[in-house]
Amino acid sequence: MSTIEITEVVPTGTWASDPVHSSIGFAVKHMGVTPFRGSFKQFEAGLVDGKLSGSAPVESIQTDDENLTGHLLSPEFFDAERHPVLRFESTKIRREGENVTIDGTLTLKGVTQPVELRGTVTGPLADPYGGNRLGLELETTVDRTQFGIDWNADLPSGGRVLADDVKLSAQLELVEQA
Amino acid sequence: MRILGISGSLRRDSHNTKLLLAAEELLPDGANFELYTELESVPPYNEDRDTDDSPVEAVHLREAIETADAVLFATPEYNGSVPGQLKNAVDWASRPHRVSALWGKPVAVVGASTGMFGAVWAQAELRKVLKTAGARVVETEVAVGKADSRFDAEGELLDEEIREQLAETLELLLAEATVSPRLVAV
Repeated sequence: MSTIEITEVVPTGTWASDPVHSSIGFAVKHMGVTPFRGSFKQFEAGLVDGKLSGSAPVESIQTDDENLTGHLLSPEFFDAERHPVLRFESTKIRREGENVTIDGTLTLKGVTQPVELRGTVTGPLADPYGGNRLGLELETTVDRTQFGIDWNADLPSGGRVLADDVKLSAQLELVEQA
Repeated sequence: MRILGISGSLRRDSHNTKLLLAAEELLPDGANFELYTELESVPPYNEDRDTDDSPVEAVHLREAIETADAVLFATPEYNGSVPGQLKNAVDWASRPHRVSALWGKPVAVVGASTGMFGAVWAQAELRKVLKTAGARVVETEVAVGKADSRFDAEGELLDEEIREQLAETLELLLAEATVSPRLVAV
């Protein structure tokens, strides 16, 4: 592999997420019919010498219902009091053209599990302010019960209110740091 | 360490109150037990009265839970569920959401009934209610069936197996109450 190809795979240097133009969120099928979506308002993500990492305070979780947000923060779900931060650390990044696959670990509610993120990478491109930007759109699906988040309830006609599988997504606009 | 016991039965000779008093005897040194005795006086929950000038009985209830390190509930089963007065007390203690007396509070549930099953339905429902209120619910169950034959005339628990189950429940409850918030952060 040549030096140029390595540069295409993972840019060197330090890149940090632009909070206004980045987001992370989750979606889980509710009542067996439609995905319910939420997000974490505050988070940090960065790419440092080819390693992607990110973290978010659990208390920054956002839904459209205050009572639901409270329930999600309680010990029955994320247990924000004892596990206030969720975290991702990459172990390996592979790029093929626009496609990227990132192996790493996700730590949630005190449990660390391996995950594989898949998605696309764009750039680096020059921005109007004299800097460089790199885009990453990533997705993975995790089984929430593997992290000890196993709340559920029965539906009258059978089945469960909340799916075990949760789709996690990240849209990162990373800015090269001077 | 202060453990508050709340019996869902108001009856003077309540088996559930006796069960809590049996638990008191099993607590290790350094853990103090207090039996909450004002359940009957807690008024029906009414959001209009849940103000800075809430009923004094509700304020006392909230303070009793707030200042305890953990709460042990003992519930009978009325018509397959939690007695209304106990549920009403939990409703008072669960508000305001996220800053309530029960929010993050380590709690455990045990139960006694004169039937065969030891209030297992009521216990399961009370656990569900407490979890929804944001309490830290210990996942144990102590089901004392045929409760009228489990205590002697002085109210002493006669069943050694139940005593062991109570001790295990208390051990788990105390362990939860010993964990300081944010010390186990990832």
